Amino acid sequence: MNKRRWQNLKRELVRNKFGLAAILILAVLTLASLFAFLSPYDPNKMEIQDRLQAPSWSHLFGTDDYGRDYFTRALYGGRVSLAVGFLAMIIATALGTTVGTISGYFGGKLDNILMRMVDILMSIPSFFLLLILNAYLKPGVQNLILIIGLMTWMDIARIVRAETLSVKEREYVLYARVSGQSSFFIITKHIIPNISSTIIVAATLNIASAILLESSLSFLGLGVQQPNSSWGSMLNNAQGYIGDAWHLALFPGFLILLTVLSFNVLGDILRVAFEPKVNDR
Amino acid sequence: MIKVIVKRLLQAIPLLFFISIVSFLLIKLAPGDPVQSFVTPDMSQEDVERIRHNLGLDQPIYVQYVRWLINILSGDFGYSLISHRPVLTMIAERLPATFGLMGSSLLLSLLIAIPLGLYAAANKNGWFDRLISGISYVGISIPIFWFALLLIYLFSLKLNLLPSIGMRTIGVNSAWDVIKHGILPCLVLAFQNASVYLRYIRSNTISQLEEDYVQIQYAFGSTKREVLFHHILRNVLLPVITIFGLSIPNLIGGAFITETIFSWPGMGSLGVTSIFSFDYPVIMAITMFSSLMLVIGNLIADILYSIVDPRIRPKG
Repeated sequence: MNKRRWQNLKRELVRNKFGLAAILILAVLTLASLFAFLSPYDPNKMEIQDRLQAPSWSHLFGTDDYGRDYFTRALYGGRVSLAVGFLAMIIATALGTTVGTISGYFGGKLDNILMRMVDILMSIPSFFLLLILNAYLKPGVQNLILIIGLMTWMDIARIVRAETLSVKEREYVLYARVSGQSSFFIITKHIIPNISSTIIVAATLNIASAILLESSLSFLGLGVQQPNSSWGSMLNNAQGYIGDAWHLALFPGFLILLTVLSFNVLGDILRVAFEPKVNDR
Repeated sequence: MIKVIVKRLLQAIPLLFFISIVSFLLIKLAPGDPVQSFVTPDMSQEDVERIRHNLGLDQPIYVQYVRWLINILSGDFGYSLISHRPVLTMIAERLPATFGLMGSSLLLSLLIAIPLGLYAAANKNGWFDRLISGISYVGISIPIFWFALLLIYLFSLKLNLLPSIGMRTIGVNSAWDVIKHGILPCLVLAFQNASVYLRYIRSNTISQLEEDYVQIQYAFGSTKREVLFHHILRNVLLPVITIFGLSIPNLIGGAFITETIFSWPGMGSLGVTSIFSFDYPVIMAITMFSSLMLVIGNLIADILYSIVDPRIRPKG
């Protein structure tokens, strides 16, 4: 990321207040979930006589069906949701960047094979495949991260390939090639740094979809399992109490919406900041 | 045109072939022995082996795959491990509900997205544009199941206006009853799709408005409305068709969750139930059907594409 892009980003953030809000929201949510242990309540301590209390000053989000403090549980749940989103994004971005640059740089048969593979993977109804894999593998946070990462890298690979195709014809790459540098060196030292802004944008939007996927799977009971909880699995539980304890469904869902929305807004702002002429609409 | 369709269908064959291998392997790798569902306590070891032989399960895996492929090509998807009914019948029963829901939500989302997207783009950065853009941002970010829960809470529990479960009230057999059951799931799916379409339509319209032909139309005295609906709409529909093709997997995925929440008796809820009960023949049949729908959807998108834009009518 060079200086001009950094300045563009700052200008864009000043112009678009939503971007600043998104960054603030994400920072607050991340810090809150990291420092969840500061909460006076134990997320797993049951106080059966306090079950299903409405939100109050002592229980900001009320209590759940076992009388556990819902605010504390939401913070710990956020830790899982954010971690899954972030780590799945790392896997997807690493895979997508590798496949995309190799495919774009070498071209020819290899490119053809890799892109056919991406086409095929993209045309399997991925949500269904996710469900199936998750049903066969043991549901749990690690498998969830792995599966979501492995199912969402294809978009990134396509974008990275397209960018690589245009960058590899630039003179500095041709020069590097003529001067005998290895392909690995050219890709890592010349191509990837020059398409980094595209990768950053794609990765940001990828976190948003990873968090959404995680919450859907956990909501169906195929994701994060007890005693762990994520926002999605909290909603799975809340579904049964929608009549008598409305707040159980309200808060986790709102937190998911806020997080995903922030990542989407941030991704779009980064895109405009990095390519102002093309994307400013 | 027929040439194009045939060519596209031929291109789809390797894809479907690959998916068939994946779904076959899924059954083979699954835990449990399918013979067990036929075994009764009074059977001897020989009886069990005879069943295994009759089912062809003692053959090498590639022989089993070829047999299975021949079977599904002739329409024999086997029997459900749970209900012991033919899988094809189970899916055929569910198709009308799924197609009804998908079709109506697609139609609704286009009816919302096209006029709103054009209008928002024409008044870029006005209050209406800001409002609509904000709502569509929420639409692509909201967890679809949570939105469904909100609607159920509001319209079924609080206002008691609409039913939240199933497709029919027991004992009632009227179209209005089915429509009433369909409103909430249709709204949930349409909100998400409309948001995706709207964002594309809006940004495409904005770039079209800068084109020369638009300026010329204005110079000839066309009103904004004429330019938008006669000239820009046609050009904007192109990317919408691509997005339509691309959004089919999402639609299928979204339908799994939406159908499950509303207990809508479609293919999606059947899929989720069969995953929970490890009903492999059903899971695999639904995988094949969803992929087939995807291929057909993309084909429709291609055909529509060449109708709307003669320039890209493929040669040969």
